[in-house]
Amino acid sequence: MNEMTDNSTVGYMTDDGRQIGGTMMEMKNITLRFGGVVAIEDISFDIREGEIRAIIGPNGAGKSSMLNVISGFYHPQEGEVWFHGEKRPTMRPYKVAQQGIARTFQNIALFKGMSTLDNIMTGRMTQMKSSLLSQAIWFGKAAKEEAEHRQKVEEIIDFLEIQAIRKTPVGRLPYGMQKRVELGRALAAEPKLLLLDEPMAGMNVEEKEDMSRFILDVNDEFGTTIALIEHDMGVVMDISDRVVVMDYGKKIGDGTPAEVLANQDVIDAYLGVSHD
Amino acid sequence: MSAGFYYGVEVFLNGLMAGVMYSLVALGFVLIFKASGVFNYAQGVMALFAAMTLVGLQNGQVPFAHLINAIFGTHVKEFGWHMPTFLAILLSVGVMILFAFLVERYVLKHLVNQEPIILFMATIGLAYFMEGFGDLMWGSEIKKLDVGIPQGGNVWIEENTAFLGGEEFYGFYIDSLDIVAAIVAILLVASLVLFSQYTKTGRALRAVADDHQAALSVGISLRTIWVIVWSIAGFVALVAGIMWGSKSGVQFSLSLIALKALPVLMLGGFTSIPGAIIGGLIIGVGEKMFEFLIGAPFLGGATENWFAYVLALLFLVFRPQGLFGEKIIERV
Amino acid sequence: MLYREAGDYKTTYAKDNQTFPIKFDRVAYYVLLFVAFCVVPFFINDYWANAVLVPFLIYVIATLGLNILIGYCGQLSLGTGGFMAVGAYSSYKLMTSFPDVSIIIHILIAGVITAAVGMLFGLPSLRIKGFYLAVATLAAQFFLVWLFNRVPWFYNYSASGQISAPERTVFGINVTGPNVDAWAQYMVCLVFVVACAWLARNLTRGNLGRSWMAIRDMDIAAEIIGVNPLKAKLTAFGVSSFFIGIAGALLFTVYLGAVEVGEVFGISKSFLVLFMVIIGGLGSIFGSFAGAAFMVLMPVLLKNVLVGGMGWPTDVAAHFQFVIVGGLIVVFLIMEPHGLAQLWRVAKEKLRLWPFPH
Repeated sequence: MNEMTDNSTVGYMTDDGRQIGGTMMEMKNITLRFGGVVAIEDISFDIREGEIRAIIGPNGAGKSSMLNVISGFYHPQEGEVWFHGEKRPTMRPYKVAQQGIARTFQNIALFKGMSTLDNIMTGRMTQMKSSLLSQAIWFGKAAKEEAEHRQKVEEIIDFLEIQAIRKTPVGRLPYGMQKRVELGRALAAEPKLLLLDEPMAGMNVEEKEDMSRFILDVNDEFGTTIALIEHDMGVVMDISDRVVVMDYGKKIGDGTPAEVLANQDVIDAYLGVSHD
Repeated sequence: MSAGFYYGVEVFLNGLMAGVMYSLVALGFVLIFKASGVFNYAQGVMALFAAMTLVGLQNGQVPFAHLINAIFGTHVKEFGWHMPTFLAILLSVGVMILFAFLVERYVLKHLVNQEPIILFMATIGLAYFMEGFGDLMWGSEIKKLDVGIPQGGNVWIEENTAFLGGEEFYGFYIDSLDIVAAIVAILLVASLVLFSQYTKTGRALRAVADDHQAALSVGISLRTIWVIVWSIAGFVALVAGIMWGSKSGVQFSLSLIALKALPVLMLGGFTSIPGAIIGGLIIGVGEKMFEFLIGAPFLGGATENWFAYVLALLFLVFRPQGLFGEKIIERV
Repeated sequence: MLYREAGDYKTTYAKDNQTFPIKFDRVAYYVLLFVAFCVVPFFINDYWANAVLVPFLIYVIATLGLNILIGYCGQLSLGTGGFMAVGAYSSYKLMTSFPDVSIIIHILIAGVITAAVGMLFGLPSLRIKGFYLAVATLAAQFFLVWLFNRVPWFYNYSASGQISAPERTVFGINVTGPNVDAWAQYMVCLVFVVACAWLARNLTRGNLGRSWMAIRDMDIAAEIIGVNPLKAKLTAFGVSSFFIGIAGALLFTVYLGAVEVGEVFGISKSFLVLFMVIIGGLGSIFGSFAGAAFMVLMPVLLKNVLVGGMGWPTDVAAHFQFVIVGGLIVVFLIMEPHGLAQLWRVAKEKLRLWPFPH
């Protein structure tokens, strides 16, 4: 742990005056391969308590793979994942979720056969404890627990302003709404770290503004740490505190939006290199 | 070498022959699965139906005789002529093509883009329908099928291998029918491979198997391809039906070979024609040898009923992608 | 005008979550229960009990079980016949080994044993999916039938290889054996059906049910948001097999009385229950009732019309039944994959808005 700088335990102050805490998650020298294809090559970065951390890069840069490594869906061949100051052993994704890491997906992964309410209730999965027998009889603990968690879920429904579609099967919802329900499902877990995989992909301007507001509100009101992948540079630069830039599985930049925008490698990757 | 060892070899050889039969049915599955992503449970019933049709045509049975008699109180049974075998086979192929056309028109067309499991259940329904329909059309009694394939132990092989095992051993007993079946299966696979490699239709088939969307976009008609594939599968079913029917009579149990083909596909993979052949041979040899070495002496026999499934089950747990499949990378 | 939810305010989350949110439905449900318990037993005769009601009730339990596995958890099983056989043979062994214990307890324990066997055969579901899993469950089907056929201990070394249920009583009334009254058979099955439906409803409305449906709808996402796939799949196999085991035990003890395993619990039984699930409606408790009713009534009806009414030979009628069942399966999957239950839901939806549908 000696390479940890002072900065990592003390944190820093953002431009808009929020205090960011110490390191929550640290990826150390992650390398991920599929057969001969190298998806992620020797990447290290950290995520601090309370910050909004963005991962950007062109298509196929390995951003989603990185998120999948964090949520325990892919297991890197090399490197370590540190969470809350402890090295995380290789674990199944549901265990990772139980540790307080929730996420949304690039291609919406809602449960199509269920209503909005039920979808968000599944987010409470990691918190609900009543036994099979108690649920079978539905008397006492199970029914009480259901009502308590329903209360929490209703708060999230209010927060995301989706009261009207509470009982609608999610398959019938428009795309933007589905994205919002998916965010609700992740929030229902009351995560310490929230991973968002392209939360604004395919949205129009109004929907993007709504979603940006929700992300900032989540960070502000609940103090949730957020790591997000996004293509829309404008949005990323507006809402994130620090940005990792990936290209072809390598890290080519890391820092505040302003620093990253001034980085020559990043400019080359995004705008192409002129050879004249 | 003891006589026991040669009996073991004989069991092995017979297992190979049985495996060829399984492969024949599995082949029909693979063809349809590759082209349309449908796991066609009805393949076994198709074999039964094709064999019934062949027998019915040969003997000049009146179709739906029972039904007609029940409704009109008549007593029709047979036309009274005997159709030459070759003509009857040709007509049966025609019936199977008509069937393929009807399936595409009334079932597949309406189920595009459904989940595989829904399609699978639809083919179970199709199997029930065809079974009832076949029975209504040709009657459900056990029928003898004779298309002139020699049957019984092959004397030549028996005589020429008898010297191997000394006094106690009388040579390998191998049914001539099985040998014919093996030869037919080899010819069938060879012609299928040639067809798919060197004809325009074959190329279209492979394109569809690779990627439906892409095939559509270059102007291949999916619906035509499906009719062709189901027709070929119908033809394969007819061949399998002739072999199995000649061996053990045309009867309901013939449709159950479809169930035996399932573990074959588990081993060989759903999309590989060589896989279907090798999987069939493994299952055929495996179940005969297991019965011979362990089942009959220690477990009370009849282990052939479940051996194939349990083998497939164990295999799947350790290698879910089958013998020839590639490891699947899951994405979210 | 009766069928309305307007004015029926829900003030707690528990009330919002109740099984029948519309008052008319609640009343209808209680009336139905009353009729089933207090009216039918006085009018039931042997024909109705044997041909319709008792098999219907028993298949409802099996269908509920399979529906939990396929309809709620998305795991296709073709081993239903084999699992029912486990229930039947467990109850037989228990009844003959502990004759003093109540048969109700035997049937419940038979369910528990079947649940254990089901979970064992459900283990491969952790690695394999879809029809690969279906084939794995076929292994259960064929292996179990072979086991009960070949190991004489299971049928107490009887010469015929059959098992037959000894006479047992509940509250002094015969419920098994040759001297059983139609109403007693009916009541035993009814009690089990009501209990099982209630359990199924409770299990599917809560956290466990949601974890099943999450696995069904998108298993990878489910695991990433915190569903333990091992637990979800194995509980689905366990609960499902528990119901199926009870159905098998009832089928043997109360309904048939004597059983030859290959004949009664063969692969065709697996398909029969599967068809009930599909026609009734995947993932619906009501659908399990509707599907079982349909598949029990249709052959009776066809037989009465074709054989009784039109004088067809029985075998022709039986073939015709195959054509109809097969055709219906295909038609249902094309037109309405959610079965009778969905038709019912749509009809109710229309009724709620009637006469102003917009």
